[in-house]
Amino acid sequence: MGEDLEFAFALVLSGASIGLMYSLIALGFVLVYKATDAINFAQGEFVMMAGLIAAAVLAIEGAWLIAAVAATLAVMIGFGFGLERVVLRPLLGRPVVAVIMATIGLAAILRGLTPIFFGSGTRGVFLPIGDDPIVIGPATLPPIQVLGAVVTILFFLAFNWFFRKSRMGVAMRAVADNQQVAQAMGINVERYFALAWAMAGVVSALGGIIWGSMLGVDIQLALVGLKVFPVVILGGLDSIGGALVGGLIVGIVESLAAGYLDPYVGGGTKDFAPYVLMILVLMVRPYGIFGRRQIERV
Amino acid sequence: MFHRESGVFKTTYASDMALYPLPIAKWTVAALALIFVVIVPLGVHEYYLSILNLIFIAIVGALGLNILVGYTGQISIGHGAFMSVGAYTAANLAVRLDLPFWLTLPAGGLMAALIGVVVGMPSLRIKGLYLAIATLAGQLIIEWTINHVPAISGGAQASIEVPRPELFGVVLNTQFRLYFFLLFFAALAIVATLNIVRSRIGRAFVAVRDQDIAAEIIGIDIYRYKLLAFAISSFYAGVCGVLYTYYFGIANYEQFQLNVSIDFLAMIIIGGLGSVLGSIFGAIFVTLLPIVLRILLENVGSLIFSPGELANVISGTRLAVFGGLIIFFLIVEPEGLNRLWRNIRSYFRVWPFSY
Repeated sequence: MGEDLEFAFALVLSGASIGLMYSLIALGFVLVYKATDAINFAQGEFVMMAGLIAAAVLAIEGAWLIAAVAATLAVMIGFGFGLERVVLRPLLGRPVVAVIMATIGLAAILRGLTPIFFGSGTRGVFLPIGDDPIVIGPATLPPIQVLGAVVTILFFLAFNWFFRKSRMGVAMRAVADNQQVAQAMGINVERYFALAWAMAGVVSALGGIIWGSMLGVDIQLALVGLKVFPVVILGGLDSIGGALVGGLIVGIVESLAAGYLDPYVGGGTKDFAPYVLMILVLMVRPYGIFGRRQIERV
Repeated sequence: MFHRESGVFKTTYASDMALYPLPIAKWTVAALALIFVVIVPLGVHEYYLSILNLIFIAIVGALGLNILVGYTGQISIGHGAFMSVGAYTAANLAVRLDLPFWLTLPAGGLMAALIGVVVGMPSLRIKGLYLAIATLAGQLIIEWTINHVPAISGGAQASIEVPRPELFGVVLNTQFRLYFFLLFFAALAIVATLNIVRSRIGRAFVAVRDQDIAAEIIGIDIYRYKLLAFAISSFYAGVCGVLYTYYFGIANYEQFQLNVSIDFLAMIIIGGLGSVLGSIFGAIFVTLLPIVLRILLENVGSLIFSPGELANVISGTRLAVFGGLIIFFLIVEPEGLNRLWRNIRSYFRVWPFSY
């Protein structure tokens, strides 16, 4: 391979692994949107919160990693259930703007409370995976990115099974498809709404641990939530496979933009390119690559 | 505003739409004008004037956003960025071409309107969630552009210092002088909004919000009115940004980040969507909230937290209280403070009789 090609390959590979980690977070967003039609602008804050909990548990002397993961999962699941009950359920049937604003308000609350309870310093989530980069062809990847990619793929396989085979998953798809009919078939719709939020909590818990151990946990971690939007718009808001593909595309585009454009414009294209891409997609194909073509146009 | 009427006796559309529903309303307005033009500036300390000045600027922005979100039903999470467009346009014109404020101000507004229309373009095809995300992208892209293009941002730390505005040879460099300057624009914005929303345009906006398909059927060109709403709204935002620039004497993109967009959304939700009075209430409330919180926390919180932590706690509490209030008002009182005010008024309408 030529030098240019090797450079490109390294960028694509690193972008893809980061992209898969975006997919993991985007999955939480898609699950909620698919089942409840609610838009979660606080997904990044969920991830930040999960990361903080994991970091706080790990900071206790002699705490096991498994305990931290379990505690994070438990808190985030409880949080998901509680949130649905207190905030989202009263807003059922209200205009979409109200739900968007409520999650923006939620994001503000989480962002405001975390520095009070956890301080404003950056905390680390240390995973016992070592620091030696993993060499794949001409590219090297930090082990945390590989771990993140593997966890994401496992999660997607698990959700795929869940939605296709399990009773709950099928019921959830029914709720997503048509709430009234699902209710008529004896499905407790509200319970599945709560379940969707709890699942978003699970995904955020893992996202928080992985992203937290890569970037360190502080209020800036919530900014990964902003990457969720290009991912889900690209992939299609209600498509789980779309979240995977969208994440890969966003990760790779970002990495290529950073590699090839940054030297000319002085940095920061990474945060910029996904949104330009997203605007283009919104103009041409607003329902995304895999989304249902059910967009209302007036 | 404060007067009470014993019932609804209007028999013509003209009287229903009149700015002064009763003759006494003119006296109310005159009294308010007297209070704000003469009594307040003479009797109030400079510090409180500075708070009032911030409120006046916020009113302009909140009114603009309410035209878009409250009246037309289109969401925008990009208003902070529109303000920065106005601010940097005015700052560049004022510094490079040495233009006076009465030229930079409309120029900033028009530039923001132009950018607002471009960002609002997706609203022709998409709405609701998609529009929210598109305007969010607009916010981030504009922020990035200003920060990375030295021709706009003036290079060092992306901020431009702007000379104070000058009027009839007087440099407006004290809170007292700025007070009248800003009061004028706040009043102008209020009157303009009142007139926009009761005109054909405003009614078309409301029709688009309530039922866009029905609006199109009765002959409203909804594409035109959606873009017009974006243009008017971002014009207000641009003017608001210019006023901030003149008030602080500096244009800095950090003043106009995503959290500013959210502050203004909080204003109109807490104040009341689709209401001029609500925008004013919201602007007052959201501007005063951090000040009151700071006073409270500095007195109470100093017992619990060390001084170093306190700054953190104050900004965190402010954000959390904001979020809490947004959710509270959305769930409990979607029409905001304006509705509470109306309830109080209608209670006193026939008071002390029961009906």
